[in-house]
Amino acid sequence: MLETTQLEAILERHDRDPANIIAILQDIQAEVNWLPEENLRYVCTALSIPPSKMMGLATFYKAFSLAPRGKHIVQLCLGTACHVRGAVRIQGAIERELGILAGETDSDLQWTLETVGCLGACALGPIVVVDGEYHGQMTSAKASRLLQRIKKADGNGAGTYEPASAES
Amino acid sequence: MSQQVQRVEHPGDLARLRETLQAQRGAEKACLAICAGTGCQAYGVNRVIEAFRQELDQRGMADQVEVLATGCPGFCERGPLVTVKPDGIFYQRVQVDDVSEIVETTLVGGQVVDRLLYEDPNTGQKIVHEEDVPFYKLQQREILWINGLLDPTRIEDYIALGGYEALTKALSSMTPDEVIEAVKKSGLRGRGGAGFPTGRKWEGCRQASGEPKYVICNADEGDPGAFMDRAVLEGNPHSVLEGMIIGAYAIGSQTGYIYVRNEYPLAVENAAKAVKAARAYGLLGENITGSGFDFDIQIRRGGGAFVCGESSALMQSLQGDVGEPQAKYVRSVEKGLWDQPTALNNVETWANVPLIIGKGWEWYAATGTEGSKGTKIFSLVGKINNTGLVEVPMGVTLRQIIFDIGGGIPEGKQFKAVQTGGPSGGCLPEDMLDLPVDFDELSKAGSMMGSGGMIVMDESTCMVDIARYFLDFLKEESCGKCVPCREGIARSLEILDRICAGQGRAEDIPLLEELAETLEGFSLCALGQTAANPVLSTLKYFRNEYEAHIHEHRCPAGVCKPLIEYWIDPDLCAGCGACTRVCPEQSIEGENKAPHVLNKARCIKCGACYDVCRFQAIVIRSGEIQPQIEAES
Repeated sequence: MLETTQLEAILERHDRDPANIIAILQDIQAEVNWLPEENLRYVCTALSIPPSKMMGLATFYKAFSLAPRGKHIVQLCLGTACHVRGAVRIQGAIERELGILAGETDSDLQWTLETVGCLGACALGPIVVVDGEYHGQMTSAKASRLLQRIKKADGNGAGTYEPASAES
Repeated sequence: MSQQVQRVEHPGDLARLRETLQAQRGAEKACLAICAGTGCQAYGVNRVIEAFRQELDQRGMADQVEVLATGCPGFCERGPLVTVKPDGIFYQRVQVDDVSEIVETTLVGGQVVDRLLYEDPNTGQKIVHEEDVPFYKLQQREILWINGLLDPTRIEDYIALGGYEALTKALSSMTPDEVIEAVKKSGLRGRGGAGFPTGRKWEGCRQASGEPKYVICNADEGDPGAFMDRAVLEGNPHSVLEGMIIGAYAIGSQTGYIYVRNEYPLAVENAAKAVKAARAYGLLGENITGSGFDFDIQIRRGGGAFVCGESSALMQSLQGDVGEPQAKYVRSVEKGLWDQPTALNNVETWANVPLIIGKGWEWYAATGTEGSKGTKIFSLVGKINNTGLVEVPMGVTLRQIIFDIGGGIPEGKQFKAVQTGGPSGGCLPEDMLDLPVDFDELSKAGSMMGSGGMIVMDESTCMVDIARYFLDFLKEESCGKCVPCREGIARSLEILDRICAGQGRAEDIPLLEELAETLEGFSLCALGQTAANPVLSTLKYFRNEYEAHIHEHRCPAGVCKPLIEYWIDPDLCAGCGACTRVCPEQSIEGENKAPHVLNKARCIKCGACYDVCRFQAIVIRSGEIQPQIEAES
């Protein structure tokens, strides 16, 4: 959650203009990774925006999250080019590896899996972006290995994934 | 920017500035032009650029050779792309390990590194120069050519190449009406999809009563598989600004907005830098080039809502509201942003304007077909050999784009369909490939030009699944304001879901057609009105696939999960064990170097084995009789 001084700085940057509300919310989310309710209420009061409208904005625009997101953000491109090259199979592999479904965050707040319409780097499709870094020409096996490497680098504690052998 | 900025306070200043900049650059200086667009960045080009800089530093050559991080020239398939100038030697798929060899062999030794050249897959011939590569040779790159010649973050590069000349020409020697007349006569039509004549839009906005007036650049490029606008805005943002300033002058507007998609961070960054630089040079802001004309541009990022690419929704979003489309009883050129006259055009449309003013409408109108003038950029993606951006004159055929420029379908597979126009467009089959690409011809065939996404599909693409894919996308993106769109898309998707699951009913096809009629006739905005196009066009050209799903419970392309099964062909399986290692369910068994067997009962059809098998031994089957081997095992 942002402190009042930080919120004020963001509001000033955008001239305290309610028309700039989307940019203001983007700046808040860039800082804390999601939109905490207290921060939204502060902005509502400061700019005279009804909370109902704020809720409408925050839920309409896909870029915003009203719940905390994971330490690692995985974006899977589901653009048409990636789709015809088998992105659906990769989605399944990532969901199995992370133990969460698309749109979800795991309970340890380590991973968030998002899907996006198109990242515009279709030559590299299927594409998976992890924490802003692009990984192209993915297959389901490559995607699993990529996430396993990151888990390992994190000291294996991340995620709620259990290998299939442990389940059976 | 270390050098003193010399403000353009008079039209003549720009010409002098250009001459100074050209003299500073020196045409003969060696230069490494490296694509730093989003595609090549995804390939890791930033590490390559860094490696070149280090290598040149270590050799004490940093002063003699310029490293130019350019915009996207379009050949994404072969990235990272490096062109060595002034000779124009074209290297592709360049990695960090190749850097010292390029410096040693080409820059120092004057020789060509053979292994990094592009090889024509048809002739096997290595091609040395960029302009000889068939992918580029067959295009007409009026807009994209400049991307590979400049650093998009340096306005000086754009000015040195003749940038902003059209602007000074318009401001110093043309009246606003003359500008509008030129754009009208050029035949330019909006590149965002609808193809509305740009000059007429501007005229309507100029004549509308009310101040202030606004111009907007729609850079909320949301069609999946389309990235032309991203490449133009991030690769040459000044061409867009120049077009907008000229348009604002013609319309009589002092304020402009660029609404850019949040998923395009590099485009946001480069456009913001461009606005700042243009202001510093007196090309944007108050009293532009001493003409007395004031105009400024603000950049706004979208919030990740596809529907905001629709003009009235975009304006709602700019006002800080939920981006819901509005009923268009009054056109936005009369009442648009904050109910003021507003001219909205997309990125590529704006980028065409400096060409029309700079080279004249007669020159511009000489390219293209009767109803569609100029060039159009397409993003050619999917099952195609040469993925990338292709700029061609209007009127070339789909076949020329896909097979001559795009190099055809990979892995020797059969072409099945090409999808144009994004979720609003349609899929066209092989026998429509000789259609000339222009606004009217594609619409007649049941697709549309759209903004320029062109997705190629091969025999392994299921057309029912593609229709389902687009409706799934649109269901997520429908704002939900009007019932025909919200319910029409959701119900159509339900039907397609059950067809793909093998539970389709005989009455489903007529039901889909009926829903399509309602969507088209009664939705509030184009998102809903065109939502049925993917369904209708696939029903028209690929009805047999729907029937196979419904009546035979079979997916001919082997895509729809409930209708397929994986099977290991014992004749092809080498017993390498790659599949057993990736199978998350341990459903594959077999001795080393002996054919493996897949236990169907445990298989979750994830396809991991299919992806890793190097022997094509994993086979996807749908509705076929099973051989004995599984029963025995």
